[in-house]
Amino acid sequence: MNELVFFINNVVISGAVSGSIYAIGAIGVTLVFSIMRFAHFAHADMMTFGALMVFMFTALFPGAGAALGIPTPLLMLPIAMVITAFLAIGIDKTFYKPLREHGVKPIVIVIASLGVTLMLQGLIRLFAGTSSRSMYIEERKEIFRIDMPFDLATRPIVITEPQITLIIFTILAVIGLHLFLNRTRMGKAMRAMSDNPDLARVSGINTNKVVVVTWILAGSLAAMAGTFLSMDVSLTPDMSFFLLLPIFAAAIVGGVGHPYGAIAGGFLVGYAETLSVFNWSILLRRVHHWFPEWMEIPRDLALVGSEYKIVVPFFILVAVLVWRPTGIFKGKVI
Amino acid sequence: MNSKLEEQPIIEVQNVSKAFGGLQVINNCSIQVAKGSVTGMIGPNGAGKSTLFNIIAGTLPEDSGQVLMEGRDITHETPDQLFHQGLLRTFQIAHEFSHMTALENLMMVPPRQEGENLFSTWLKPSLVRQQEEEVRQRALEVIDFINLGHVKNELAGNLSGGQKKLLELGRTMMTDAKVVLLDEIAAGVNRTLLVDLVKNIERLNQEMGYTFLVIEHDMDMIARLCDPVIVLAQGEVMMEGSIEEVRNNPEVVEAYFGKVD
Repeated sequence: MNELVFFINNVVISGAVSGSIYAIGAIGVTLVFSIMRFAHFAHADMMTFGALMVFMFTALFPGAGAALGIPTPLLMLPIAMVITAFLAIGIDKTFYKPLREHGVKPIVIVIASLGVTLMLQGLIRLFAGTSSRSMYIEERKEIFRIDMPFDLATRPIVITEPQITLIIFTILAVIGLHLFLNRTRMGKAMRAMSDNPDLARVSGINTNKVVVVTWILAGSLAAMAGTFLSMDVSLTPDMSFFLLLPIFAAAIVGGVGHPYGAIAGGFLVGYAETLSVFNWSILLRRVHHWFPEWMEIPRDLALVGSEYKIVVPFFILVAVLVWRPTGIFKGKVI
Repeated sequence: MNSKLEEQPIIEVQNVSKAFGGLQVINNCSIQVAKGSVTGMIGPNGAGKSTLFNIIAGTLPEDSGQVLMEGRDITHETPDQLFHQGLLRTFQIAHEFSHMTALENLMMVPPRQEGENLFSTWLKPSLVRQQEEEVRQRALEVIDFINLGHVKNELAGNLSGGQKKLLELGRTMMTDAKVVLLDEIAAGVNRTLLVDLVKNIERLNQEMGYTFLVIEHDMDMIARLCDPVIVLAQGEVMMEGSIEEVRNNPEVVEAYFGKVD
């Protein structure tokens, strides 16, 4: 039974964690795409920026969370979400909106967003350096060890507090997004604009407002994903490139422009990554007696080494796109 | 009824000019659309009809001049603001929400529906349902009116070009419009449907008091529908009058067919 516990710890939980982070990130990318029709490369830097804001406020008021009985970074998350939302609106107003108003091709805005990526990355490194930092400054990360009620399982299931919070927040974010898109006027306006912006405009929809709301959603979700990732592991100021590729893969696999697709894509990529670096020999050792005797099970039987983890999302990306060129959920429109 | 109010044009374009690069598309153009009229706008290709149309509809900024609606300056208002004031337009190439059915395309038009409020959907579900039912009834009436009842549950993206045009007209009937700008509504619509279309426009004009400004290349349709007719050529108003006057004007004939010796 210890093998099962090992599997739960290393695949079920860690897949859910990275899946949630990719999903929240991919929702932002996909929303921006469905409204403004360009791939926003600076998204992962908005994630880093959000996490950095949380770190800054936590460093300023390290004891604030203890008074309320929650981790300080979690307390600072809403502030960081607001700041990142403003950053997103600011970036749009300064860099993308003038281009949009000139009616440039989407590729020009994509390249502009690459420029914004490099700028943000430079700025973040300028202030935060490149070394990684723990988000827990005065507190300790709470780790839960759940003992299994079987005699055979001597090892506990291990899950940390930020992981639990992340999963809860992801579920809440998904439900919230669903209600927002389907039950509110602004959600209706967003769906209309993603289908046909010109018609939306002459149907009484203020498209500038829709764009601002999209950036608020994208920015605050990015801050959330970045913060949880940093709380789970640590804050590395140059983490954005490692995030960007799987998030784009997730958004495209799910059907770009489709928020539910982004969620599915995020979890698909997250689980595929963890499954491919998982050491299968531990599970196979249990069923060794099924194999012929001459066959030995190697000590390390992962599909790819963990340093090649980044390859996996792209393998899935290509495989899914060959099978279904528009992604799992037919993309393009919310 | 106050006759003075009737005399005030519902749309007034004053000295509007617009150039694209070095090309002067609209040159100090002034037109008036009388309330309750079906005003036609014709002219050879490149006369600036669509440009003028887009300026009135707020999709294109003008270089100079102004546009008034019921005496109020609407020059700098955006299409979504104009929608809420009752100025609607259709597109030369029909636009639709392709991922919704034809009926849903109509149902999404009325603004400020209760179902668009998260709290209402939970706290006042019966009100939301009742209002949605009313909107649905109206949409069903409209879709029968425009003869698309048989395709009401098809995705709008799958309709034919002509059907999409009819759907565009239907869209203008889902809200209380005052002025509707029709951009070549007849193009791509077959003859039988066209008769319906003309009848529907006449009915909307007479029964519901819609004012129409129509760009059209189909002279038969202009002749049946429009009075007065404005002729544009090279960004300027060449003449305005009844269709007979326009047809008998040698200048207009020349603009369309070139000089006849």
